[in-house]
Amino acid sequence: MLAPLSWLREYVDIDVPAKELERLLFSVGFEVEELNEIGKDISGVVVGEVLTCELIPDTHIHTCTVDCGEKGTFQICCGADNVAVGGRYPVALVGATVYATAKDHVTIEGVMTIKKGKLRGVDSEGMLCSGVEIGVSEDMYPGAGYNGLLVLPADAPLGADVKPILGLDDYIFDIAITANRPDCQSIIGIAREVAAVLGKEFKMPALDYTENGADLDFNVTVEAPDLCPRYIAHYVSDVEIGQSPAWMRRRLALVGVSSISNMVDITNYVLKEFGQPMHAFDMADLENSEIIVRRATQGEKITTLDEKEFELNPANLVICDGHRPVALAGIMGGLNSEIKDTTKAVMFEAAKFARDNVRRTSRALGQSSDSSSRFEKGLDEYTTQLGMKRALHLVCELGCGKVSKLHIERSSGNSTEATPLTVSIAKMEEILGISVPENEIICTLTALNFEPEINGDELSVMVPPYRDDIDNNVQDIAEEVIRSYGYEHIVPSFLRTAKVTCGGLNQAQKDELKLKRALAAQGYYESMFYSFFSPRDLDMLKYPEDAPERNAIRIMNPISEDLSLMRTTLAPSMVNAAVRNLRRGNTAGRFFEIARKFIPKSLPLTDYPEEHMMLSVGVFGDGETFFTAKGAIETVADTFNLKFTYERGEKPFLHPGMTANVLLGDTVVGYLGRLSYEVCEELAIEKPVFVGELDYELLSKHFDSAIRFTPISKFASETRDLALVCSEEITCGALEEAIASSCKYITSVTLFDVYRGAQIGEGKKSMAFKLVFSPDDHEFTGEEIDGYVKRILKKLQHTMGVELR
Amino acid sequence: MAIQDQIREIREEIESGIGSYSTSKELYEFRKTFLDNKEGKISQIMKGMKDVPKEDRPAVGKIINEIKEWATSAFDAADKKLHAAELAAKNAAEAIDVTMPAVRETVGGLHPDTLVCNELIEIFSGMGFEIYEGSEIESDYYNFTALNTPADHPARDMQDTFYLSEGFLLRTQTSAGQIHVMENKKPPIKILSPGKVFRSDDDATHSPMFSQMEGLVVDKGISVCDLQGMLDTFSSRIFGEGVKTRLRPSYFPFTEPSVEVDVSCFACGGKGCKLCKGTGWIEVLGAGIVNHRVLENCGIDSTEYSGFAFGMGVERIAMLKYGINNIKNLFESDVRFAKQFKD
Repeated sequence: MLAPLSWLREYVDIDVPAKELERLLFSVGFEVEELNEIGKDISGVVVGEVLTCELIPDTHIHTCTVDCGEKGTFQICCGADNVAVGGRYPVALVGATVYATAKDHVTIEGVMTIKKGKLRGVDSEGMLCSGVEIGVSEDMYPGAGYNGLLVLPADAPLGADVKPILGLDDYIFDIAITANRPDCQSIIGIAREVAAVLGKEFKMPALDYTENGADLDFNVTVEAPDLCPRYIAHYVSDVEIGQSPAWMRRRLALVGVSSISNMVDITNYVLKEFGQPMHAFDMADLENSEIIVRRATQGEKITTLDEKEFELNPANLVICDGHRPVALAGIMGGLNSEIKDTTKAVMFEAAKFARDNVRRTSRALGQSSDSSSRFEKGLDEYTTQLGMKRALHLVCELGCGKVSKLHIERSSGNSTEATPLTVSIAKMEEILGISVPENEIICTLTALNFEPEINGDELSVMVPPYRDDIDNNVQDIAEEVIRSYGYEHIVPSFLRTAKVTCGGLNQAQKDELKLKRALAAQGYYESMFYSFFSPRDLDMLKYPEDAPERNAIRIMNPISEDLSLMRTTLAPSMVNAAVRNLRRGNTAGRFFEIARKFIPKSLPLTDYPEEHMMLSVGVFGDGETFFTAKGAIETVADTFNLKFTYERGEKPFLHPGMTANVLLGDTVVGYLGRLSYEVCEELAIEKPVFVGELDYELLSKHFDSAIRFTPISKFASETRDLALVCSEEITCGALEEAIASSCKYITSVTLFDVYRGAQIGEGKKSMAFKLVFSPDDHEFTGEEIDGYVKRILKKLQHTMGVELR
Repeated sequence: MAIQDQIREIREEIESGIGSYSTSKELYEFRKTFLDNKEGKISQIMKGMKDVPKEDRPAVGKIINEIKEWATSAFDAADKKLHAAELAAKNAAEAIDVTMPAVRETVGGLHPDTLVCNELIEIFSGMGFEIYEGSEIESDYYNFTALNTPADHPARDMQDTFYLSEGFLLRTQTSAGQIHVMENKKPPIKILSPGKVFRSDDDATHSPMFSQMEGLVVDKGISVCDLQGMLDTFSSRIFGEGVKTRLRPSYFPFTEPSVEVDVSCFACGGKGCKLCKGTGWIEVLGAGIVNHRVLENCGIDSTEYSGFAFGMGVERIAMLKYGINNIKNLFESDVRFAKQFKD
């Protein structure tokens, strides 16, 4: 919301500097996002009168003598065509800052400092300025738009700073208005708050007008009162379209609105000043002397002022004359009834249209305007009435038409008066936690126009009709009071009245943290990736068209296609991270992520999908192997006392010989493998990448974090190393399992070497295991262990054809 | 030869030879020639005792014992000396360059968000807060309507929402969890709700996904003073002793009064610096007294109970605390980034 200081000053006697006003507004909840001094780039420019003016032969440049009062008299060269003896112009003295323009004298290229110079060999001590060079447009100062010197009034004091004369000493506040205060989306709304914070009176803009225009037989029908709770039409005859006065053009320019013509400017002015969108129809275009506010019929068309055509349906509200739509309610007028230079009479419209309907129509049609955005923020009907009065006053003030007696107001009966509200002071102070002095309550609420009265514990107020945010509750009043009284009065306390509660993480949350720390201890870094990914990620990993991973929830309005699907697997994010690291020259890394995948029960979503916790690991770079990556999986098992088994597995993006399914009992709970050569080639990466996923949600049901002590044996364990020769088909896991189950004293079997070679024979391998035997009730003798080993070997030979090497 | 002569000979032999060995192993071999239990020369002499006349035996035995004791201590002394020299040589030979790199397992680390969350959880669980994690996909009702933001409410424009279907969306705020908790738990309530949230926003300080931490207290007589008291404690714990909070009016549909909470700049102590943009204050969270409509939507009697809620961006805290300048870094898992965060 843009609010020029000069405009606010019309309604409040502001006696503090702009910077201080910014601070005060901030303290009551209105953050000034930007405080812009209009003439901040301009300095050292004064009023000067040209005393002599001589053309330099064969050029268009004049050598002038310029009287700048007490600043002195200077010789200045000037190329403008309107320089003349006796004229008063802005003079940028040596050292002044002004805008530098391009050759066209219009385009601003930056700020420059004026130096002594020579033009065509003639000394020049300063510069006579155009409007552009000192940042003044035609709308801000009449004549400033001329592509030549800006002509100052003949009575402008010589040597005086031009900034106050041209209004360059003004400030524009760009204020962030919170969604609960649509009433402050207007100059008077801000002015009311400024008045309250300064403790000054708010002066309402003039609303009076004289009804001396021609009468007319006219009718207004509101067929959809739910979408248009109030509609006011007022007729203005004897219209003379022309230019608005300078003050109005200037104010509009300061808030970014270009002047068009007096009638159109009045509607825009009221929108900015009161926050009430207005519309003016050319009476000559309204057929059948009536206005009907109704839902559009299916397929009905309208062309708006900006010459865009829309096809409508009954969800859209239109303003119609006797035959056709003439405006898209609250959004934009129709091209068929716009104000023209030839307009002789207008029908003004001030209405309140339902916020949600304007919003929906605007979104659906992709058509918006200052007016629609204002309606969407919310508008009160009191302001609708004020807006119309203000527009009619301006017609009289500008003398651009005659206000008729014809005033038609259709309303569904909402009050436009202040409404009474009584709250308990004790309850209010309970919310705030402090006691607010009675006089402060009175003072604060009076300044905000709530007309407070205190009677014992009862605080009675009249809620201003423009404060739709007040929800008839003590919390609203508490907020108004503390906002102005000041949060610095709050005395921090520590839950004086609250009961003691037992806090902390639950077991599942503790388990998750425990696992994260365990993985970190293994050199893994925790990752966090977006919950959404790209359909291309699934292509990258060669998931077939019918893969369940393709059944993903789609975001209806994604930022881009790459962030459009809710993840159904964590693997692509991890692969992308590995690739990104390798491309950035990070040669190795270990990562894990614990996050959710999203499995829809149906699409489009009609119910909550399953949010399923997954663990992914990614390991890449030199020195990493399938088995180092397997370490991450085993860390999970180790952390929660689980026993995983592995079998050869298959994934479309993994190396067929280096992929494992991870099983818990008979259930596949995940996979691990090396990224296939095909995928690596496509991604142009050479170093090995291993990626795996575990179904964290499923595993977590089996997590066992309990610590149970088993008494330690007082007898020493014995170890034996066995190198066993077997056929290639026998896996390490199978042999391990066979050894472990063949003797009850074996507490650990660990492979420590694999050998293949001529001595072993074709199709065979030697695997060396370290066996640990732990006695239970006596010290083992060497002979005893030898006996066990013999028995184990016999069994292995019998069942698996394994020989001792 | 008389035993006395033999002993003298042995003594001379030992005295002349004992100093000529440079390793304890050689010395040990030399020693064995005299002191070996079976073959040693002294043992041999002992064997000759049987030929000594009975009356001379005590005297001879005495001198044999003397030579044995003398030899033992002479050899022990020589050995000690040699062994010490050997160890010294070994030590010298084994001297290493201690500046060479350590051999160890490199420890990884947790995500900065997790570090911040853990710290927040520790602070608040000590105050009796339970941790509640809601779903990332929410219904329109829980994310907006129940939080006093009905359909087409202008406050919905405050957040650019990702929609998944007519009724479902990616939660824009962890506040959605408030409702689930209050529907299922009666006061006193103290919960802390961390989680990922989503908004259609993408630049150097905004990410379409980020994490929030929401806190909610509902009990009897909860006031703005309690809110500030708790936030003061939180701020000094997370940003450092002496960091103060400042409340200023704001608006959220689900709280009233609503406040923005600034902390005094922990980099400059409030004097004004680059971090706080010269203001001395840094905006860290939004908070307020729970709107009575929200309590009523959850079946909690707002005349009996009141509460406060606060919510903060975890990445914002992480970026402030660790000086991270681009939020994108947090979601890229670049090794060079990850290595800087140790628990």
